[in-house]
Amino acid sequence: MSGDKDIAILGVGMHPWGKWGRDFTEYGMVAARAALADANIQWRDIQYVAGADTIRNGYPGFIAGATFAQKLGWNGVRISSNYAACASGAQALDSARAQILAGFCDVALVIGADTTPKGFFAPVGGGDRKADPDWQRFHVLGATNPVYFALFARRRMDMYGATAADFAQVKVKNSKHGLNNPNARFKKVNTIKDVINSPVVSDPLRLLDICATSDGAAAMIVCSMEFARKHRALAENSNAEALCRVKAVGTVTPRYPQSVLELPDIASDSTAVVPAPDRKYKDSIAWSAYEQAGIGPEDISLAEVYDLSTALELDWYEHIGLCAEGEAEGLLRSGATTIGGRIPVNPSGGLACFGEAIPAQAISQVCELVWQLRGQAGERQVEGATVGITANQGLFGHGSSVIVAR
Amino acid sequence: MSDTSPVASTLTRVPIIEGWFTDDVDAPHLIGSKCPLCGTFVFPPRNGDCPSPFCDSTTLDSTPLSRRGKVWSYTENRYTPPPPYVATDPFEPYALAAVELEAEGIVVLGKVATGILAVDLQVGMEMQLELDVSHRDADHEYMVYVWAPATPLSTTTGTATTTDAGGAA
Repeated sequence: MSGDKDIAILGVGMHPWGKWGRDFTEYGMVAARAALADANIQWRDIQYVAGADTIRNGYPGFIAGATFAQKLGWNGVRISSNYAACASGAQALDSARAQILAGFCDVALVIGADTTPKGFFAPVGGGDRKADPDWQRFHVLGATNPVYFALFARRRMDMYGATAADFAQVKVKNSKHGLNNPNARFKKVNTIKDVINSPVVSDPLRLLDICATSDGAAAMIVCSMEFARKHRALAENSNAEALCRVKAVGTVTPRYPQSVLELPDIASDSTAVVPAPDRKYKDSIAWSAYEQAGIGPEDISLAEVYDLSTALELDWYEHIGLCAEGEAEGLLRSGATTIGGRIPVNPSGGLACFGEAIPAQAISQVCELVWQLRGQAGERQVEGATVGITANQGLFGHGSSVIVAR
Repeated sequence: MSDTSPVASTLTRVPIIEGWFTDDVDAPHLIGSKCPLCGTFVFPPRNGDCPSPFCDSTTLDSTPLSRRGKVWSYTENRYTPPPPYVATDPFEPYALAAVELEAEGIVVLGKVATGILAVDLQVGMEMQLELDVSHRDADHEYMVYVWAPATPLSTTTGTATTTDAGGAA
């Protein structure tokens, strides 16, 4: 693992996930204040704000960087506002990292917050937007997000023999992981029966297989390694914790042809002339991070992956290289991905316990890595964790993978 | 597929979206685009640049796509999708299938013919393109492309719902 492109994570903070319908900036401010306090740093010392946008909260959501700079008190900082669907938070982190590594700033706030409507996500904005693929998939087909989750789930069943009980087991595992997580929205142990008895939404996925949409916020303070060393030498009360370093931020787009049908597309690219790349898109997200960090899946202590559905968590085991294609059910059944196992996945409880607060989610995944690597995760602690990876997927060719080490 | 018969002859039959499929009820085709330079395919159809980064064409031609393909995966909606989907009232569950067209090397997501549900489908199953009524308003009958099993399901192996499909006529 080389270190010349490392940045440090000085502090992390979240507002618990839930469903209250309040102004998203309220949640964001709680997360920002928590991250500043955790870093033992003042807002007036922050030099850059990278905001992750929300598209469901009007103008303030589109300009998240400015919105939070103003809320915290204009102090002339430069900002960026990042939209990359569910990968927005990681893109914000990537923006701050680039500024720090280029030497344009020393210390930055990365922040995302959201307030979500009830029920299925629908296209944002009204009217007949016949050229918008997001409008097309809803209008022509009724292809909601769970439809796409279900296509992947069904493929696991028909190709690899996955069962509804396997999918349910992911929820059971994550519900136990998140039970004592103070930031989780759903804190109740689910049984396989609970999941199987919940209504089918998009066959074969049931209500409890699919993540909810939530309100929530996450923030972190990132800085150059040099700033971190100076700051920690001055600040007495942060010396006890291991310093967490961002080793990689993978935010690659697909390579043509994108041969797998992904949200929100109605068709895949054509493989008639150019063959599909050896590494398919969701594999390439994690592998780009592994290559940046100079490590491989065998070096990982824990993973936070995007369980938009239970079955998608199984897909991620394969995409991030924890096992070969078709072997995720076996890995789950072996207990390896449960806390106490070889490679715990979603020790936070994952989206199963949080629901998705889009711009905050990729940041919250990194927050969990930091708490785990510092040994501050309480009852969900992964013993001896040294390196963690996140993986996340967004619409329209977005995705991210972040590797953090101590 | 008897629903495609003009039950309400006063309604004007229109496609739910312009230019995606032919209106030949007996043998409809999806309309895609094909690059005149490299030969790659695109669906939904569009004008302009070839999607391949290895090709410099700035035009695409219109082309019919294969009517038959194999199921890549499938699902069934049990809840009413939100607008701009126009749902029947009461809502009836329906299946969707992503079907792989071999010659074009693309997977196309579509609704499945009325009455065919997830339980009737399987990855690898041969499907054929047909037209079905999506919804109606006071003046129009909106047509949509659907995937249907290429070999009609036997009533002895079909589910109750599938058998009922005949009755949906």
